[in-house]
Amino acid sequence: MNTNTAAERPRGALQRVRDVAALTGRNLVHIKREPLQLSDVTVQPVLFTLLFVYVFGSGVVLPGGGTYKDFAIAGLLAMNLTTSAMGTAVGLSTDLSSGVIDRFRTLPMWRPAVLVARSLADLMTAAICASFVAITGLAIGWRPDAGIASIAAGFAIFLLFSYAISWGCACLGMASKSPESAQGVGLVILFPLAIVSNALVPTEHMPTLLQDLANWNPVSAVTAASRRLLGNPNPSAAIHAWPMQHPLLASTIWSLALIAIFAPLASHLYRRRTTN
Amino acid sequence: MSGTAMIEAHDLRKSFGSTVALDGVDLQVPGGSILGMLGPNGAGKTTAVRILTTLALPDGGSARVAGYDVLTEPAAVQRNIGVTAQDATLDEVLTGMQNLVLIGRLSGLRRTQARARATELLDQFELTDAAERVLKEYSGGMRRRLDLAAGLVTRPPVLFLDEPTTGLDPTSRVRMWGVIRELVADGVTLLLTTQYLDEADELADRIVVIDHGKVIAGGTAAELKKQVGGARLELTLSVADPAASAALSSLVDGPVHTSHDGRRLRAAVSAGAGLASTLVRALDAAGITVDDVEVHQPSLDDVFLALTGHDSDDPATAVEPAGSDADLEITRT
Repeated sequence: MNTNTAAERPRGALQRVRDVAALTGRNLVHIKREPLQLSDVTVQPVLFTLLFVYVFGSGVVLPGGGTYKDFAIAGLLAMNLTTSAMGTAVGLSTDLSSGVIDRFRTLPMWRPAVLVARSLADLMTAAICASFVAITGLAIGWRPDAGIASIAAGFAIFLLFSYAISWGCACLGMASKSPESAQGVGLVILFPLAIVSNALVPTEHMPTLLQDLANWNPVSAVTAASRRLLGNPNPSAAIHAWPMQHPLLASTIWSLALIAIFAPLASHLYRRRTTN
Repeated sequence: MSGTAMIEAHDLRKSFGSTVALDGVDLQVPGGSILGMLGPNGAGKTTAVRILTTLALPDGGSARVAGYDVLTEPAAVQRNIGVTAQDATLDEVLTGMQNLVLIGRLSGLRRTQARARATELLDQFELTDAAERVLKEYSGGMRRRLDLAAGLVTRPPVLFLDEPTTGLDPTSRVRMWGVIRELVADGVTLLLTTQYLDEADELADRIVVIDHGKVIAGGTAAELKKQVGGARLELTLSVADPAASAALSSLVDGPVHTSHDGRRLRAAVSAGAGLASTLVRALDAAGITVDDVEVHQPSLDDVFLALTGHDSDDPATAVEPAGSDADLEITRT
């Protein structure tokens, strides 16, 4: 009979990594088995890419030239990754409203592993989502025009942003009373964030107020940075707002700032939510 | 470990806003024994378990589990306990196997060890066939068995089972009892909460009755029964007869309760040799015929009713058919 028990085990940094790995795997199984979450990162990116390119693309003329197709893929990456971050909020809120987190808490595991694993699983699904957009784009004729390292950076900047947003969504998930309300509030925040930006249309013809919002929206900075790195048309380069002039720096600052704010806040909320 | 207390609590207090959940609870569970914590919904049982399993902090008092302080050494406590909570605490979306492996890994087992242990447990709980099925497809009984298995992954010396059979059908309950008895044969210390009096009687070495956040009685089942006093007489007459009460009054202790239809009578008695014959003869002498007579030794139901002052004097409820006692679920009214 196997006599190993957890009681005899040392709990070092390695065990923390194992805790995170076990929970990340668990979260990925969830995404695989939940049709809605899975479609968010597979069907939706394909569908949105095709719809936007062929419906919007027929009506948008880019200042400075270039095809809408080449312009749109970075924007679609931004939109899909931003909206799919909602999975974090819904997933965490679902866990908290079931007894499963309580079970984890009676185990001698590293407590923050729940949050870290959630954000890592979401980073992986973001990568899947990004691949679907990219493959769809390539299939319909989108071409990046840059070196391989630059293209990789163009995607990395999205993934960093997606990781940052998912910490914000983790906070939302823990502040919400139910998964439904997390989803409702998430939509109201994330959709305008994705849409009031340079992601899908150039901002030049927006009303002034929206233009200002769009130019300072982190989604715009990330999209502009990525367009530049991918060698795709980037009309925002002509805009004088600071983030549009320095999109790489701006998007990195945005992402790091969001993580610096929301990761500690998430762990505070988690502690509060699980202590009574 | 027997002899020393594996679970001990001193003056545990906990309030939620103005609701007092625990009002100074003391517990002592010697190693290798089962304590049954018996009480209605909302009595404070779950709160006590949550504090002892490090899920909640008490407002006052102290507790040690497996020798470790729940407040200052929670990690050590967690390494020594298994918990089966009342609410669903397993992952609905994972299979039975995945659930147990996950818990094993989070408890510090390597992946292969966790898998081996999960296989062993699934076999022990007769869930091997359902190992690869998602939990959503499990029946209530299967789920509870898996939940119990989840608490045993690391072979903890102390187990907490919070209402392990609530909501189960009678067959699944009896099966669960069998499983729990086997566990204790292995020497684990167990704290079991229940609303079912027969369950505590069936499984526990010692019982504490908890109500309004206080322990109102404690002891072995036999001691508790003694505390409540004598036996209980239940008579069914062929036809209702108001003279029956008078005929019985000198032979019973206290008042005779009569049901609405006048045919069923209930009273406390001091059980002794020939009591039933004496009673029937007395009624016979008064010209009253008897269909049925039963003298019950006190059950835990009686204990509970007597201790909590639950509506035990109402003749309408007092004269329930005896058979229903086993399924009686105490809920606060």
